[in-house]
Amino acid sequence: MSALDEIKIGGLGASRKRVEDSRFIRGKGNYTDDITLPGMLHMEILRSPLAHARIKSIDTSKAWDIPGVHLVLTGEMMATRNLAWMPTLSYDTQAVLATDKVRFQGQEVACVIADDPYIAKDACEAIDVDYEPLPVIVNPRQAVADGAPVIRDDKESQTGNVIYDWEVGDKAGTDRAFEQADLVSKLQLHYPRSHPSPIECCGSIADFNRATSKLTVYMTTQAPHIIRAAVALVAELPEHMIRIISPDIGGGFGNKVPVYPGYVCSILASILLERPVKWIEDKSGNLISTGFARDVYLDGEMALRRDGKILGVRIHTDADHGAFFSDAQPSKFKIGLMHSAFAAYDIPAAHLTARGTYTNKAPGGVAYRCSFRVTEAMFFQERMVQAAADDLGMDQAEFRRMNFVRDEDFPHRTPFGFLTDSGQYAKCLDVGLKAIDYEEFRREQAEARKRGRLLGLGISTMTEPLGAGNSREYDILGIKMFDSAELKVHMTGKAIVRTGAKTQGQGHETTWAQIVSHELGIPADDIVVEEGDTDTAPFGMGTYASRSTPVAGAAVAMVSRKIRAKARKLAAHLLEVSEEDVEWELGRFYVRSAPDRGVTIQECAMAAYSNMPDGMEPGLENTAYYDPPNLTWPFAVYIVTVEVDPETGVWDVLKMVAVDDCGVRINPMIVEGQIMGGLTEAYAMANMQFITFDADGNCVGSNYMDYLLPSAWETPGFELHSEVVTPCPHHPIGAKGIGECAAVGGPAAFVNAVIDALGGTGVRNIDMPLLPDRVWEAITYRRDVSGAPPVRADD
Amino acid sequence: MTIVYDDHEGQITDVPVRRIRFTVNGEKKIAEVEPRLLLAHLIRRGLGLTGTHMGCDTTNCGACTVLVDGRPVKSCTMLAVQADGHEISTVEGLASASELHPLQEGFREEHGLQCGFCTPGMMLAAKALLDENPDPSEEDVRWALSGNLCRCTGYQNIVKSVLWAAAKLRAEAGEA
Repeated sequence: MSALDEIKIGGLGASRKRVEDSRFIRGKGNYTDDITLPGMLHMEILRSPLAHARIKSIDTSKAWDIPGVHLVLTGEMMATRNLAWMPTLSYDTQAVLATDKVRFQGQEVACVIADDPYIAKDACEAIDVDYEPLPVIVNPRQAVADGAPVIRDDKESQTGNVIYDWEVGDKAGTDRAFEQADLVSKLQLHYPRSHPSPIECCGSIADFNRATSKLTVYMTTQAPHIIRAAVALVAELPEHMIRIISPDIGGGFGNKVPVYPGYVCSILASILLERPVKWIEDKSGNLISTGFARDVYLDGEMALRRDGKILGVRIHTDADHGAFFSDAQPSKFKIGLMHSAFAAYDIPAAHLTARGTYTNKAPGGVAYRCSFRVTEAMFFQERMVQAAADDLGMDQAEFRRMNFVRDEDFPHRTPFGFLTDSGQYAKCLDVGLKAIDYEEFRREQAEARKRGRLLGLGISTMTEPLGAGNSREYDILGIKMFDSAELKVHMTGKAIVRTGAKTQGQGHETTWAQIVSHELGIPADDIVVEEGDTDTAPFGMGTYASRSTPVAGAAVAMVSRKIRAKARKLAAHLLEVSEEDVEWELGRFYVRSAPDRGVTIQECAMAAYSNMPDGMEPGLENTAYYDPPNLTWPFAVYIVTVEVDPETGVWDVLKMVAVDDCGVRINPMIVEGQIMGGLTEAYAMANMQFITFDADGNCVGSNYMDYLLPSAWETPGFELHSEVVTPCPHHPIGAKGIGECAAVGGPAAFVNAVIDALGGTGVRNIDMPLLPDRVWEAITYRRDVSGAPPVRADD
Repeated sequence: MTIVYDDHEGQITDVPVRRIRFTVNGEKKIAEVEPRLLLAHLIRRGLGLTGTHMGCDTTNCGACTVLVDGRPVKSCTMLAVQADGHEISTVEGLASASELHPLQEGFREEHGLQCGFCTPGMMLAAKALLDENPDPSEEDVRWALSGNLCRCTGYQNIVKSVLWAAAKLRAEAGEA
């Protein structure tokens, strides 16, 4: 018997068609809003129209009078159950329903539970709230100004609006580097507030059963086990009586990690009414109140030697966290993994200071398609590198190449203390430059310039830390960041694998089976994958920050190896030889001295239930918990060429190439899908997608008419390259995270391209998104353009 | 049929009701609906056809796209009463019992979906295009789908999926 063809059985490297597609293309997905339970009621939330105001009174009597209304909840009522406030994922508190005052536009003030969502909405409009407006703060500068109102006057220890001052790196070493510098290059920018905005909004159906005391919650969560723990703590229910089920999710991108007031209210309502209560958020609710991302002011400088060597970097970040510090991030780091900046470059010294402030804006600070603020880190890195190369008069590609960490220098300790694992940075850059035809484009650019046409080329490179933990350094609220997988091989050799991750479109149902297939030789079609039910799935931290393949995927490989180890004993028993004489090839054990004598993994599975050796525990099942030794560090080069219209400021993408080295690709088709999706979000952020606020704290971007997302028409085509493969040295199958790389590294490529097109004008920065009016202003007045709120009249 | 109201001292709001007749996926239906009921809610709640999704409420995202008399319509913007006398097609009507529609096959073959939430609307918008133009260019497809948002795929594979389906439909038409 010959070895199996791994690609044919859907193993590692197969572009296997997705299992989950069968239901989605038929309209048979099972999203939260598709679920209807007997006796189910509907909940709607009344939100604050003002960004900062004291609540003088709330009159709910007219709402109660509407037929079909079962319950009207206010903060006062929540307070009697100690639920008016809840803890956040960053050791702060957040109002569930406002009691004292509202602190951002869209904040939850009351909710109505009724027979029908239309009735619930009617009743919300019948609630009369008397507000006393207060001065509004929409950026950190206002937050720390003299006489600024204290937003969090609910906290006794809070005398101003600063949440934290934090630093990391080597201050003294960095100071020395700047003393030795021939040239210091500076850059200031604002990474605008963005919203992950999956097409499906958040929602939940809470179903409390008095007879069993069990609470089942169907909800849009990327991290069901964290939610179970949070519900146990917040609602003070016993954890074994809480079952969180995350059904199909219509996109997450970080938006569906936090605990939101709507979830909590639906749970309390179900407990009070003893009926299932469904809450489905509308788009405005989603955009104005749930986890935003970014909104960071970055101010940095780079110490340079005349020959182009980078000697040191200083960064100061000023983060606008909104009204509650509820970032979903590892607890040891106040500004996420911002200090992963410049990890791809060999820089002797670096120092970062960070300040966080409260403002009258929605809370969040979620990792929107990135590993805890690495998007801001990589954006600043590549914008700073471009500015430095320009200041030195050096070629953009050469400047990067000479400062890259070299292939032979891994593992490499970054100046902020991360240990990068592997990579071929220069090779990736070469592939990208060739694909964009770099030299030829530079010639065309010079020619075009003579005729008044503005062409530009932008390079962005990135490496990001993906796959938190290890558990020594990474935890959320003290819960260590590891993951798990459970594998049960049935007697006929078919199997089920469950993990603590939760797919939202990434294709786990397809790819986890491929890992098992690679490890055990069981055809992928014989393996079903299940996630998202806390009563059945092993504990895990969920899916975000590109951590599924690095952590849960590794656990799938490790549990498969445990199964194989037991199967080897079964094989030895069946073959009547000692275990040491048994060899493995994909899907089959055989006798070393007689390769024709063998048993398949399926025969071993049958033996585990029907013919195990004396004394062996029956069955072929196991669980693995995987605590990664390090993060994985994929690398990418993104290069964009653009043409800018000097008359209007409109810019078009001419070509974009992406070179991603994410180590071993489990399913190349799915990996490419992730990259294209990320590039599109990068384009969106660079071109049109942002949330801003006017001086009164009104959210501009509260619906899809104001919050612009690119359609198929605007989105450019992408050319993907997968030639460079550097397996992760510590991951069981050599894979690295990939889901977010393009969204992280992509934005700087677009912005660098536009700034490059404006070469000679002295413009160093235009804040994203590069709206036509901003680009036009930069060209016309030869000046930098800030996008910081309050909103500009032209935008 | 039974409707139970909570008795608030005999007070029942007189919810106005209109009777409408329409066809959904080839089946004739009669429904009694509140005049303000959105077509999307009639489809999802009234008919239980949950493949039509709701994303944005403002007619921007296209997740709720269905065909009304063959033309793509965002069903969150149309009232159910406006469907009176019309033919509605939803994603559930695309496949026959034994066979997928080429668009469904195309989306699977070309990895034209990830989370799947926009997919039904995308396929129906694409169907309206292919019914009119069996041999569209990439640009035609991008324009036809420009009212439907996807946050996962970056559209490139969606365009490929539609072109895959167009080619298959043309081949089938050639054989016929």
